[in-house]
Parts: sequence; structure tokens; C-alpha cells
Amino acid sequence: MSATLPAAPKTNRIGLPKADYEGAKSTLCLGCGHDVVTKQIVTAFWELGIEPRRVAKFSGIGCSSKTPAYFLNRAWGVNAVHGRMPSVATGALLANPELIGIGVSGDGDTASIGIGQFVHLVRRNMPLVYVVENNGVYGLTKGQFSATADVGSTLKGGGANDLVPIDLCGLAIELGCGFVARSFSGDMKQLQSILQAAIAHRGTAVIDVISPCVTFNDHEGSTKSYKYAKDHEEPLHEIGFVPYFDDTVAEIPPGEVMDVPFPDGSVVRFHSVGRDYDPTDKDQVLATLHRSRTAKEFLTGILYLEPEKPSFASLLNTVEEPLTTLGEDRLRPSPGMLAAILERYR
Amino acid sequence: MSNAPSTTATAPTGVVVNDFSLQVATANGSGSQTANNVLLRSIFRMGIPVSGKNLFPSNIQGLPTWFTIRASRHGYIGRKRELDVLVLMNPETAAEDALAAAPGTSVVYEKKLAVEKLRDDLRLFPVPFSELAGKLPLPPDQAKLRRLLVNMIYVGVLSDLMGIDPAEIEASIRRQLEGKAKAIDLNLAAMRLGIDHSAAAFQTKLPHRVERMDATTGKLIIDGNTASALGCLFGGATVCTWYPITPSSSLCETFIDLCAEHRVDPGTGRALAAIVQAEDEIASIGMVLGAGWAGARAFTATSGPGISLMSELIGYGYYTEIPAVIFDVQRVGPSTGLPTRTMQGDVLICHTNSHGDGKHPVLFPASPEECFTMAQAAFDLAERLQTPVFVLSDLDLGMNNWMADSFPFPEAPFDRGKVLDAEGVERLKETWGRYRDLDGDGIPWRTLPGTPHPKAAYFTRGSGHTELAGYSEKARDYVENVERLARKLETAREMLPKPAVEERPGATAGLLAFGTSHYGTTEGRDLLEHDHDLPLDYLRLRALPIAREAREWIERHDVVYVVEQNRDAQLAALLRDEMPACAARFVSVLQYDGLPLDATTVVDGVLSHRGRTGGAR
Ligand SMILES: Cc1ncc(C[n+]2csc(CCOP(=O)(O)OP(=O)(O)O)c2C)c(N)n1
Ligand code: SF4
Ligand SMILES: [Mg+2]
Repeated sequence: MSATLPAAPKTNRIGLPKADYEGAKSTLCLGCGHDVVTKQIVTAFWELGIEPRRVAKFSGIGCSSKTPAYFLNRAWGVNAVHGRMPSVATGALLANPELIGIGVSGDGDTASIGIGQFVHLVRRNMPLVYVVENNGVYGLTKGQFSATADVGSTLKGGGANDLVPIDLCGLAIELGCGFVARSFSGDMKQLQSILQAAIAHRGTAVIDVISPCVTFNDHEGSTKSYKYAKDHEEPLHEIGFVPYFDDTVAEIPPGEVMDVPFPDGSVVRFHSVGRDYDPTDKDQVLATLHRSRTAKEFLTGILYLEPEKPSFASLLNTVEEPLTTLGEDRLRPSPGMLAAILERYR
Repeated sequence: MSNAPSTTATAPTGVVVNDFSLQVATANGSGSQTANNVLLRSIFRMGIPVSGKNLFPSNIQGLPTWFTIRASRHGYIGRKRELDVLVLMNPETAAEDALAAAPGTSVVYEKKLAVEKLRDDLRLFPVPFSELAGKLPLPPDQAKLRRLLVNMIYVGVLSDLMGIDPAEIEASIRRQLEGKAKAIDLNLAAMRLGIDHSAAAFQTKLPHRVERMDATTGKLIIDGNTASALGCLFGGATVCTWYPITPSSSLCETFIDLCAEHRVDPGTGRALAAIVQAEDEIASIGMVLGAGWAGARAFTATSGPGISLMSELIGYGYYTEIPAVIFDVQRVGPSTGLPTRTMQGDVLICHTNSHGDGKHPVLFPASPEECFTMAQAAFDLAERLQTPVFVLSDLDLGMNNWMADSFPFPEAPFDRGKVLDAEGVERLKETWGRYRDLDGDGIPWRTLPGTPHPKAAYFTRGSGHTELAGYSEKARDYVENVERLARKLETAREMLPKPAVEERPGATAGLLAFGTSHYGTTEGRDLLEHDHDLPLDYLRLRALPIAREAREWIERHDVVYVVEQNRDAQLAALLRDEMPACAARFVSVLQYDGLPLDATTVVDGVLSHRGRTGGAR
């Protein structure tokens, strides 16, 4: 080994440097939580060695929804309209199931205008990593409350929210989502593991990330501020993600461990942090969530996991190949068939 | 005494062969649909041009419904305002229908309804339908079935009164109820009861007679929605998303049925199409755009209320240049009232849909055959032009049964438009940009997600972007882009279906119509020529933006009667906007009562403009 040669850039398992997973320069406010999430997304795809051209990025409208432009330049992107990203993603992923879909949305984009599409995406279990960058406000329209703002949380210019917040995680679990996580942009290690596991999941993976808006909702009195989240975060467990191609035996730290295997051979490994929590036990999960709401706890981790749930495409029983590549030979019935069909109308 | 010859029937003054409009009034859900279709098909099988229109309420059971059959040896199959024969089965409407009938109208009615007490200037044919139904060989607990079979009794009565061949009725029943032997036997028995009763009861038959001719060979009886669904099948659609709404639902439902048979991969048995009943129309169009972006042939079908909801995303599809096919089967709207009646009310909302600048190609099918061919053309145009394309049908065309020309097998391959694969990107990588006009026709080249080339990907965003699909709020980038989109529309103008023109020697004025207004307009034109010595040219517009040929035709005429089925003269407004120098020559002829356009409206409209009075009533 020569110590004099300049180090070649580190590459992932398909030989690409991390730079190939980066995007355009962010135009968000300095310190915005969303930029941190963007970085974690870049790392997750790079570490998993996924070819960028196989990835389709989707978003709605908002500061958060701008971020798909800031990661994976070589992937395909759709910055759709406000609240309608789920339907656009559904159409694209049904048409080409070989694409790996990731959607980034905001709490306004998802919990207000887009709640209907969110609900139905989850209900269909479309394979999509659905990241909600949740800051409790509409950042892009300058700081109005969103539907995830907590009761009593205050606006920067004064005024407290007195409507009950929509808990997107609780809602997703009720709707039967097979992968529901909550995290915090300040907890990069946890977010990284969750993102990697979500990418491996073959259904809708909802990740509600508290991602503080440093410009409009980071003040004293806000329950979505960086300080509030940092002070109140309570991880349910530590999460390790072992991708299917990783054959190094993971070092198991002392303590209780629970492995949940994915159909592709990946494993999500939960290390207990002293709490009795089984993310595959729906009753326990819902009970814990309900209790935490009353107790105003900020629980993070993979709240619920059910890797084997059938996705929408498997229910529709569509062919594995992209529908986009089918030509006349497969799609147009013969002249004889047309004649036979028309015979019914004579 | 019920079998005694009727004394109320008066002798027909003159026999009219193969030219009548017949209306059956029943209650919704009373099972008259089978009987009415049998009646229609029997006349069709006798070789007579015919169409059937169902005027139905927004209700599943109980409210009144009318079915109209128009037969015409001249080939007129549009709605006729004047009715020649009424069959009154519904106690709710019998009095109103009878009072509205023109003197001399023939009325077959349930005897209990006692129409003879209301009018003495009609040809009356009272029939004890429920009493006759009692004679059917059925156990007493089958009251519901008995009620259904009453409908086939009036078919039998009409067979005798009008000369509809019982053998054709039998064949139609067998076909309609294929495989249900018991039902066939019962229906045949009901038909014979009707024939026998009428033969005995009425010596004098109807003046309107049916006689065999040979004008339907090779033709179909089919509705427009079925034809559109077939067009989607043969046009290569692989993604269909929809939210149920009358009158468009049957388009998607038929496509679903067709896919179960014809979109199955023979190797794996798996589906070659993804069909999604979406949560609303916003989601439907979102899915269509997502699928179109990915490179699939995707469509949705809806009606006006759905178009309203889709508007933001349609504008998005326009600016991002994503192929999409949208069927709008128009109806009266919004909300309750006349949602099950027809209208041509969505011309403007489709052509100029969404906020900001934007104009979209709109196709106007006027027949089932055109539903079939234009559905296919819509997919080619959407992919060639990379934009949402509308197919504007209506309730009358979509849901009613039409006599139609057979459908031609599409020989041409799909036109998938300007798509660059990896080799193409490699070849053009120095010059290509997702929104760059390399060919001068306003249409850029696109790549499809997944294309294996590091320079193939691009980022799709709304109104503001550079030629390279980069984010931009610069005025120049925006202006250049919308001006290219305007050039693209000019390219579209040349590609869209050309107008159909019929000229009359000596005419200096013309009629201009589109879609189902064709039928009332052409019949009205003939009446104006024969009865009023007023020959008019005729142009049927088949697409928007209007073709060069249509502009030239308009310029050649002093007066252009624009016939449409809406109050606000939407097409005329567009024409005035496109051809300001000709604005004064457009005269609107309008019908907006929820009923299909009839010839009388056209005749009256033209004559009143000419300063004459009296239509062809
Ligand atoms: C149909 C429509 N209505 C309203 C808006 C204005 N608008 C833009 S972003 C936004 C809210 C975004 O909030 P959120 O999703 O929480 O994103 P954030 O900016 O907080 O990341 C709104 C209301 C819009 N773009 N489109
Ligand atoms: S306004 Fe808030 S959410 Fe938007 S970029 Fe700035 S900090 Fe982020
Ligand atoms: Mg927000």
C-alpha cells in the first residue's frame, strides 16, 4: 500500500462515488431540518448501492417537497402539485414496477390538502418510501399552522393552536400500513437505519420525520422546535439494518435483540433500550401510541412493521415487466378477435 | 269483455312505412330495458335504420323513465321531438304524457290508466296488461317476475299493431337472454300473449308500419362508451383509472370486462393492464399523469364534475408535457337535478382547462365508430404531442344505442412519439434537453424513467423550467417555454382529425356542428332544403383547435349557423375568438334542455334568423 497516492474516492458496492447520488444545491433556509433529511437520503441510497436511474422521486408542494431536486440528480423526479404526489407516484409505479419510488412531502402537503391521497396510498400499500418532513407549519407560505401542530403550540407571531393534531403514524397504522416510523432530523443515525429499512420494504413505508422549520417554528413555545424535539425524543429501540447483500456478521451489542426479516433477505434488528416494545404486535403498538399521545411523549423508531403485506401491484396481479414496454404484439387483439367482439353487437 | 275489439281505435288516415318515433314510459327499475332493447334490435334486424334513447332519472328504482325508438327509412337516427307512438305503462306519468301528446298520436296503454277519459283526439289502444300477465304460466309467488314480463307483452302488442316480425323478436329475445332457457320461454310466451290479444282486440292497426328493408346489413347496434372502451383496448391502453360517474362509468366498466379477456399475459396469466378505481377524480388524473410520465398509455373517463376537480393537474400535465387521455362524457351539471341528461357543456372547460395559459387538443366523436377510432387516435396524439388530449363525448352518444358502421381494424402501429432510448441519449447528449425544440415543431424529445444512461434522467416540474428541465423563475425562460407550447398547438392543429364537409350547390350559408349535434343538424338541413327551399352547406368539426380547412370553409360562407347543446354558445365563442374578422357571421342555434338535439330546433333556429316564421312542426 502506497501512502503517497491520492486516495481514490470511496465507492459503493456498484462502484459509484457518493457524488453520483447528490442533487442540486439546496435553496432552503440555512439550518432547515429538511436539508438534513436530504443528506440522509443520499447516504441511504449510496450505501445500499442502488443504481440512481432506477429511482423515481416524487413530491408535492412545500419547502419539503422541493428537496427531491437536492438528492439523486441521476434519478427521475416529479415535483407534482400540492397534496397530489401519492396519485402521481401510484400511476408511475404501477406503469413501471421496476422503479424504486421515494416520495417526500410536508405536514401540510400530507396532513391537510393531501390527506385523502395519503390515506388511499397507504390503503393500497403502493411500494413507496413516503417521507413526511414534519415541522408543524406551512413553511413555504410563511408559517401558518398545519394539521400536525400540537394543541397549545404557538405561532412565531403569537397565537396558540387549539385543534387536535393529526397523528400521521397512528393513522397509517390504523389503515394497515406495513411500515410506520417516526424519527427526528436531529437523530441522524436512527433516521439512516429507518430509511434503509424503508427502501427495502415492499409496500408503503411511512416515515414521519420531525424536521424543524428554523425560520417559522423554532421558537420557545413551539413543540416542533429543534430544542423541544431534542429534549423530548424517546427512542423506542435502537435500530440496525442489515441489507440482504451484507454477509458480515453484525456485531451484537449486549441486551435484548429482535430480528425481523424482509422477503428480500434483509433484516431489521431491534435492540431494546429498556422498554418492552414489539413493533410487530399491532395491539401493543396502538396501545403504546395512544398512551404516548396522552402523556405527550415523542416516541421515535419503527413503530410498526409487517414486511409480508401484499402490495397493490400483487393484488392487481399485473405482469412483472413494465407496462410501458408492451407493444402492439401484446396489446392489440387480432383482426379476427375484433370481428368476434363486434359480432356481439350485430 | 277485455278481448273484445276496441271501439276507441279509429281508422288510420294514411299508412307511414318505416318512419316513426316511439316512446315507452315506465318506472325506473321495472325491468323494461330488456323489452326495449328487444324491440330496438327486432326493428334493426328487419333492416331498418334505428336508434334507441333512454331518458332515465338519477335514481335506481321508482322514478319515471322513457325509452324512445326512432326508426327512419331515410337513415335519420337522431332524436325526433315529435312522437308518433306512445306506450304508457307508468301510472305516475300517464296523464301528463297523454295530455302532452299531439292530436292523432297513437297511444298503447295499460287499460287501468283510463287515458280515454283524458283525450278523445288520440288513437287509443287500451290493453289490460296486468290482467294478461296473470295468464302467464307462473306460480303465484312470482309476482315480481310477472311484473317484468309485462314489458314483453307490450312488445307483442306492438308487433301486431306495427308489423314487427315475431320471428325477429324471438331471435332478439334469444340473443338478449342467451343461455337462460327458462327466461327465454317465459318471454316468448309473454310476447305471444301480447300478439294474440292485440290481433283479437284491435282490427285497426297503427298507421305507422314496419316493413322489411335492407339498410342495416353489416351495421352494429352499440353505444359510444362501449366503442370507446374497445378503442382503448385496440389503442394499447395499459393503465385505466376512474371514479364512477354517470354517464362515463360504463366506459371504464366495459374496459375492465374487455381486459379480463384480452389483457391477460398468455404465459403467466397475469394482467397486462392496471385498472384502479381511484378515490376521486383528482387521484384518477394524478395516476394517469404518473403512468403517462413513466411511458404507459393511460386514460381516465369522467364527466364535467370530474373535469372540474382535475383541473389543476391537467394544467400540470400541459406544462410538464405528459401524455394523458381524458374521456369526458358530458352531462348537465353540477350536483343534483339533471345529472342523467345530455349536454355539450364542457367545450370551454376542456379546451382551455386549468389556470394560466393553456389550450388542449379536443376530439369530437359523433358516432360509435368515431368513438372507436378517436380513442385510438387520442393515445397516438397524446404521445406524439406529449400533452393531455380530451375525447369529448356525451351522454346521448355514450350511453344510448346507436346504429353504427362496423369498426375498421387499426392497421397502423402505435405512434409512441419522440422517445429517446439510451442510444438516442448517447447520440444527442450534447444537444438534447427535455424541453428543447430540436425539430422546430414545438415538440421536445423525452426519455422514460429507468433508461440506462447517466444523462437520461430529468426532473419534472410545473410552469417554470429551463430547456434542460432545470428550475427557473426567469421571465425569459418562462416566455420561451409558453411560446414553444403555442407552437406545439399549431403542430397539433395539422395532426388532428379534419372536419367533415358536405356541400350543396348554390349554398352561401352553412351549418356547423360537432359530436351528437350532427344528427339533428343534418336532418334539419334536409328539412330546410326540401320544405323551405333553403340549401345549406354543412361542416362537422371533429377536433379543437379548429383545422385550417375549417377556417377556410368559414371564410367562404356569409352566415355560419353554429349548432350546439349548451346555453352559452361555447363553441361559437371559441370560433369568434379564433377568427375575429368573421365574428359577425356566426349565428348560434342552441338547445339546452337536457334532451338530445332535434331537427326542429335547427329548422326553427335557422328560419327565425332568416326572419321567417314557422318551423317544420
Ligand atoms: C392548490 C394549492 N393551494 C395552496 C398552495 C400554497 N402552498 C404552497 S406550499 C403550502 C404548504 C406547504 O406546507 P408543508 O407541506 O408543511 O411544507 P413545508 O413548506 O412546511 O415543508 C401551501 C399551502 C399551493 N401551492 N397549491
Ligand atoms: S421556511 Fe422553514 S421549512 Fe422552509 S426552508 Fe426555511 S426553515 Fe425550511
Ligand atoms: Mg410543514
